[in-house]
Amino acid sequence: MEFDKEVDATGLNCPLPILRCKKGLSEIASTQVLKVISTDPGSVKDFNAFCVQTGHELLQLDQDDSTFTFYIKKRSS
Amino acid sequence: MAKKLALIASKGSLDWAYPPFILASTAAALDYEVQIFFTFYGLTLLKKDLGDLKVSPLGNPAMPMPVPTPNFVQMLPGMESMATMMMKQKIADKGVASIEDLRTACLESGVKLIACQMTVDLFDFKPADFIDGIEYGGAATFFEFAGESNVNLFI
Repeated sequence: MEFDKEVDATGLNCPLPILRCKKGLSEIASTQVLKVISTDPGSVKDFNAFCVQTGHELLQLDQDDSTFTFYIKKRSS
Repeated sequence: MAKKLALIASKGSLDWAYPPFILASTAAALDYEVQIFFTFYGLTLLKKDLGDLKVSPLGNPAMPMPVPTPNFVQMLPGMESMATMMMKQKIADKGVASIEDLRTACLESGVKLIACQMTVDLFDFKPADFIDGIEYGGAATFFEFAGESNVNLFI
């Protein structure tokens, strides 16, 4: 999947993946896509909740073993 | 209009420093407007130097210990420092943020930190010991924001 910016949050625990994601989103333009890599199992629920509450769109979640990769499209302001 | 979160931080130990800063920084990431009112021992969390934050197993029977440790052992000199050292090691090992990092995240995302003026006076805290960018206020100041907040928590 194509993306405009990547944030590596591997090894980090709650709430750091969300905080890094938020920072990453602030550095791209509306409708651009942010890729976030996390190893925190809690991040699956958290990223869904984050997107539902903020209006950013979770386009795709890839999961292998203990790594979760999120593709998030920044909401149009 | 943005949702609002009002927190009271009343505890000043290493473990209890986490909930207010985790919730505040996350809420800010969720576009909440956030204020934390620091009172009594919570004021410690506003100090420039957070190196003094400690965790004590004493009086906390739920604290996971590597071996069962009776109270009379927990009160021995050095036990508190040891528990604190172990906790900090675990925090680093598990990729949990430091309190400094979470507090910085709060400040960078516009969380308003308010020191309780009465307790500052009561404990003779020096404003020079606190980080820059905080405000001072009393109970009425807290309610000005808390009264129109969606979530209010006392920690």
